[in-house]
Amino acid sequence: MSTAVLTPTPVRQTTPDSPVNGFWADTWNVMTRELKPVLREPASVLFAMVQPLVFLGLFAPLLPETPDGSALQWFVPGIVAMTCLMGASFTGANLTNEMLTGSHERLLVSPLSRSSLLVGRALKEVVPMLMQTAIILLVVTPFSFDLHLGGVLVGVVILSLFSIGVGALSFALALASRDSEWVFWTVQQTLIFPVLLLAGILLPLDGAPRWLEIASDLNPLTYVVEAVRELFAGNYPIDTIAAGFAGSAVVAALGVCIGLRAMRNSS
Amino acid sequence: MTTHTMTGPVIATRGLTRHFTTRKHTVEAVRGLDLEIGQGELVAFLGPNGAGKSTTLRMLTTLIPPTSGTATVAGHDVVSGQREVRRAIGFVGQGNGAGHVQRGRDELVSQGRAHGLSRADAHARADELIEDLDLSAVADRKVSTLSGGQRRRLDIAMGLVHLPRVLFLDEPSTGLDPQNRANLQAQIERLHASTGSTIVLTTHYLDEADALAERVIVIDHGTVIADDTAQSLKSGLGDLLTIGLVDDIDATVAAEQAARIDGAVVERDHDVVTVRVAGGHEIAPGLLVELDRRGMAPRSIEVARPTLDDVFLNLTGRSLREAQEQAVGATDGSTTTDHSNHTEEAA
Repeated sequence: MSTAVLTPTPVRQTTPDSPVNGFWADTWNVMTRELKPVLREPASVLFAMVQPLVFLGLFAPLLPETPDGSALQWFVPGIVAMTCLMGASFTGANLTNEMLTGSHERLLVSPLSRSSLLVGRALKEVVPMLMQTAIILLVVTPFSFDLHLGGVLVGVVILSLFSIGVGALSFALALASRDSEWVFWTVQQTLIFPVLLLAGILLPLDGAPRWLEIASDLNPLTYVVEAVRELFAGNYPIDTIAAGFAGSAVVAALGVCIGLRAMRNSS
Repeated sequence: MTTHTMTGPVIATRGLTRHFTTRKHTVEAVRGLDLEIGQGELVAFLGPNGAGKSTTLRMLTTLIPPTSGTATVAGHDVVSGQREVRRAIGFVGQGNGAGHVQRGRDELVSQGRAHGLSRADAHARADELIEDLDLSAVADRKVSTLSGGQRRRLDIAMGLVHLPRVLFLDEPSTGLDPQNRANLQAQIERLHASTGSTIVLTTHYLDEADALAERVIVIDHGTVIADDTAQSLKSGLGDLLTIGLVDDIDATVAAEQAARIDGAVVERDHDVVTVRVAGGHEIAPGLLVELDRRGMAPRSIEVARPTLDDVFLNLTGRSLREAQEQAVGATDGSTTTDHSNHTEEAA
């Protein structure tokens, strides 16, 4: 142990209170903090991709060649959306971990605002989502998948909004399930597959019974996937794209509202 | 050392109360606490688990609101002035302040930025703390790979980033080995001497409160049962003389002899006599001479200065160890067998 604990030898005047940072400065701080482990260990983004990649590997060979382009062209946007849903919905587990080990408590006592603690975390979800999307596109482009960069760029904007919303909901779930990790995972796993299947990610819902159709129509991910499919294929039907933006915006707004409420009640 | 300009107490509570309700049964964790702590004081909250120490700290650090009563820290109300309080305080909780997936240096910089330091200042301050707390070898490793002692030092560093006016430490040395505990105590003492910060820590280690704090506030069942310097808490008690004699008969005579000493409380257990008396170390030689004059040769004699454990026993009628054991399982003598461990430490 070193001999001098605090460098100044003379008695140091106690400092004035810390200044107030603005909302965006705090949010930036939270976001960059969250991103550090991702950027230091980029392979960590693969964790959320295991299932989607398995699905891609096992389903793709079964897909029939369709007259209007390859089936991969239809399937890949769904896998991208699935990865995005998986990754963002897992993210609350990081917060559960921080609640268990104590760093969340430390952040709550810091001058960072509650809203920044939530929004910064939710915004960070965009980065792993982009990395995951890039990996999937790199994997499939050598096969019968046509890369339309312009469409992809618009598509990832929709997916970014969706990730932010799902991430915020995942944090809200983590805060609500407090210190019990199993509650978090149970709820997350229970919700995720109905949402995936109802969005027609793995199988088209054409000719589905009426009740299934209604459930699918109520699922915001349905609109996100439809828009992303068109965009990744290089098509720009304005109504489908608008519906995709609307669907992801609803998730983002809902997620941030619920997340903020949960974070403000956090102690 | 008083370089500050604050007047009045830096921490003041009035009737501070906190209840926890779990499954229809209410635990009164803190009951009507009235406290005043001045700028620059180094205070220990001493008490068994479940006594209300941590709940008090959690209210003072804005983590939980009081059920009733008020508290001000650094001149701001802990409810209406939460953000102002957070800007003035440092907090080292029972857990690890640094995220386990993060690196220590990153966390120190991020904490500095949260407290409004510029990027350059935050990095400089992190370097300074890493050096001071002997963390150079591990600062750029993932926190989860650090040993318990290293992580605790990092926690302390996190709490010191902004040289807070008031520093709260919740059981800072729990889980540390004796050497790391001694190091930590030295750190806290030096911090106090070099910054003049007000420091409030909770502990259930008597020796720690004894060695470290200028003022010891003993808390039991959510109320303050003693508030004084460790020295005067103990001086009221007197020393404990334990005299072993050759047989019960001698012991009976010796007990009678000892009972003549002014203010002495004497007990005999077979051939052992215990005498609780102020200034026992000065009285013991005279007592031995007197026993010798009456033809008795004691087998052994031991003079024990009072410990804070004796203080606690004297105040509550039970030893700190017993109180600790009582706190496990049931809380506050509640008759329900609620094993949810919902003491305030579990919150």
